[in-house]
Amino acid sequence: MSRSSLRPSRWPHVGDVVLWLATGLATLLVLVILAVILIDVVKNGVPRLTLGFLTKSPSDGMTAGGIFPAIFGTVALVILMTIAALPAGVATAIYLHEYARPTAFATRIVRIAVNNLAGVPSIVFGLFGLGFFVQFVGGGMDKLFYGGDKVFGQPALIWAALTMAVLTLPVVIVATEEALSNVSPDVRLASAALGATKFQTIARVVLPQAVPGILTGAILAISRGAGEVAPILFTGAAYFLPTLPHTLHDQFMQLGYHVYVLATQSPDVDATRPLLYATVLVLLVLTFALNASAIVVRSRMRRHLSRSHG
Amino acid sequence: MNGNNIEPVRPPSDRAPRPAPGSSPSRVDTALTSSVSAEGTVTMQSKNPRRLESRRPPLAERMTELAIHVLAYSAVAAMILILIFIAKEAWPLLTSAAIHREVTLAKMWFVQQWPGYDAPEHIWQPVSEIPKYGVWPLIVGTIKVTLIAMVVAVPLAVSAAVFVSQYAGRRTREIVKPAIEFLAGIPSVVLGFFALMVMASWFQDVFGFDSRLNALVAGVALSFAVIPVVFTVCEEALGAVPRSYVEASAALGAARWQTITRVVLPAAAPGIAASIALGLGRAFGETMIVLMASGNAAILSANPAESVRTLSATIAAELAEVVFGGPHYTVLFALAVLLFVVTFGINSIGDFAIARMKRRMGVAS
Amino acid sequence: MIMQMATLDESGSLAVRQLSVYYGDKKAMGPVTMTIPGRQVTALIGPSGCGKSTFLRSLNRMNELIPECRVEGEVKLDNESIYGAGVDAVAVRRRIGMVFQKSNPFPKSIYDNVAYGLRLGGMKDRSELGGRVERAIKHAALWEEVKDRLHESALGLSGGQQQRLCIARALAVEPDVILMDEPASALDPIATAHIEELIHELAKDYTVVIVTHNMQQAARVSHNTAFFYMGDLIEFDTTQVIFTKPTQSRTEDYITGRFG
Repeated sequence: MSRSSLRPSRWPHVGDVVLWLATGLATLLVLVILAVILIDVVKNGVPRLTLGFLTKSPSDGMTAGGIFPAIFGTVALVILMTIAALPAGVATAIYLHEYARPTAFATRIVRIAVNNLAGVPSIVFGLFGLGFFVQFVGGGMDKLFYGGDKVFGQPALIWAALTMAVLTLPVVIVATEEALSNVSPDVRLASAALGATKFQTIARVVLPQAVPGILTGAILAISRGAGEVAPILFTGAAYFLPTLPHTLHDQFMQLGYHVYVLATQSPDVDATRPLLYATVLVLLVLTFALNASAIVVRSRMRRHLSRSHG
Repeated sequence: MNGNNIEPVRPPSDRAPRPAPGSSPSRVDTALTSSVSAEGTVTMQSKNPRRLESRRPPLAERMTELAIHVLAYSAVAAMILILIFIAKEAWPLLTSAAIHREVTLAKMWFVQQWPGYDAPEHIWQPVSEIPKYGVWPLIVGTIKVTLIAMVVAVPLAVSAAVFVSQYAGRRTREIVKPAIEFLAGIPSVVLGFFALMVMASWFQDVFGFDSRLNALVAGVALSFAVIPVVFTVCEEALGAVPRSYVEASAALGAARWQTITRVVLPAAAPGIAASIALGLGRAFGETMIVLMASGNAAILSANPAESVRTLSATIAAELAEVVFGGPHYTVLFALAVLLFVVTFGINSIGDFAIARMKRRMGVAS
Repeated sequence: MIMQMATLDESGSLAVRQLSVYYGDKKAMGPVTMTIPGRQVTALIGPSGCGKSTFLRSLNRMNELIPECRVEGEVKLDNESIYGAGVDAVAVRRRIGMVFQKSNPFPKSIYDNVAYGLRLGGMKDRSELGGRVERAIKHAALWEEVKDRLHESALGLSGGQQQRLCIARALAVEPDVILMDEPASALDPIATAHIEELIHELAKDYTVVIVTHNMQQAARVSHNTAFFYMGDLIEFDTTQVIFTKPTQSRTEDYITGRFG
């Protein structure tokens, strides 16, 4: 029998200290990176952030005025995108979670498609939007309804929104599926025992309980939609438009796109710098607000769930 | 439990009482009538309004269910359509003689000898008197930036995940996790902006590179986008390791760091691998950060301090000025096909490897 | 109440003095004073929630893994205090091993599971490891069933086999004492019988302390029995005495099934 003495050791194991330190420093570094980015943007952007900035149009070659059109365009884009993405995403999640047999071929194909869709590079989405929506669908619509005039067969708000909807589809699907699986099986059994069909159980019992999760997914999708630029480069975004978009086939200004062009193609970097920083700040505040509300919704949902499960 | 409608209750004929042929039918229940067939088998039928026979669900229900089933294929449709429509625009690269005068698949992949150069070289210079479409500078650029991003992001993210899941108290976790989620939410255009405006100058001051915008700057900025992806999945995987393993290890006399490195990390290995695969996919396909911070010069070199061009940035930067349907346009779409296929491949290999890892550990996948 | 056993074997005996366990401010168990004899099987019985598992876990300082837990009193393994100032809990657990209610093999191979504790101690030599692993698995009465698949995943074994594997894993480091927390409660009767046989064999070389809610099992398997109730030790004596002539009325009530 090994008789190692109960080694009197006051010190914690060296290994524990090293590991704790190394991983703790890594965590700290990540937080520092975030802080540096935020501080830089806030410091340089706040001075320019006035009510006027948010409500006026840009002027003097982007050195003065505001970015209201970009805000408007972003909101319009995001609303249209959500209208398109939510039904398709929720339906897919319901199918996968409630109807599909896990080993069926069709189920596996859908799952593979969802997983891979999430990984497609954003610029490829942009090209898809250009090739499919703008040229194929839009061009087709022009030939059918407008006698060949270029109305829909060019970059437009609707095509950008649909392209973004395809991009954010996986986000909605994943969030909805998580919400569906959090609905307790007991409730489903109770509903079935009372004679409800599968559809009735889903529509009357499961879905209502899954709403917070679906909401979280929608918020996260919106957050992505507000920030992604590559997919809208060729499907509808523009740098400067004299008027706000008022039909589906108008072009639009967008916050992220504005940042991109201003940062890389501005003729006078120093003069446009304040406007640029302020735009970034607006974009970040928007993203932060969306993410925070998603977190709040999710944590409230979790608390509600744990309470109901006892 | 699949919630089917209840089947009609009909006792199998061989269980029903068989009265002698000719005798009167028996009434077992006031709600049921029975009838006798010629062979003497008795069948019961419901007459009561609260009958158990199946009724067809209302039209609205059936239509909605149909809609659900159809919409469920939207992701599949999207993938197929994406491939079809980018391949369609790239197709002329293979078929059109007009395009072939300027560029062919071979000219893109193999070294070419250009007039005015000493030796054959891979060059990407589509806008010039003699358009050159060598893809290797772009591929190497993509690999360089992706590699730098992964080398920076993975150790940081995995270490942070270990810290948060194994050492951090609840309050620390409640600060760190939302912070990293917020980092995840920062749009890539903002990260690109930050790299262009701030990081590039900082790197310039510290290292004094020749090019202010280069692969290193872009790669580090890209890592900021990859870190949250890797961290989230890793942290979940580490947290999902059953407590019983940790207890068993402790009961055998392991120090905390030994339990973490010998039991927890190996048990979470499939999840960690998945997180890395996810991060790799993210890094590979990222456009805006690289577009803004890499210097956008298609230089073929191993030096991280030189400017680069990646595949996605090339497409984004050049598509605005191409002639619709021309060779440059076609080649850019071909690059998109390449990106799509490679990302699909990375994803599939990742999924396969992870499934195999899970199987080897004896866990049901 | 202080109980002393008639025979005190110096190898592997646990002397417990005034041991109490607190969760936060609430006292979960104690004070308990008893001496667990070495190289014998001691069973801890009592209704659920009586503190027997808490007591067991304080014998190898596993309670320290729970954040709010505090221990007072003294436990001595032979003559060394395991709670002494500067004593390393990790070292304690190398001498006092534990097997849990629900078997918890690592998602590694059978061989790697058993070798885990040895590798922790720094053993690297392949032949030495192999020998110790084989010995431990044989000691746990599992060798014949797994000798041809040592490098397959441990999770592929049946419940009873997994539990014997966990015992082998604990035996590999050759502790002085083995603590078992309801080791057979998750197993079917045949597997349970195997485990009980094994416990009997183990007592020849190790001190075994086993928590069980199954009184018949305690009667079958142990030399000594301790009866716990509501966090206190009510009676501690040879199994023979406890089950035939208990001195405390509460012990008798529990044994005869009047509550529990």
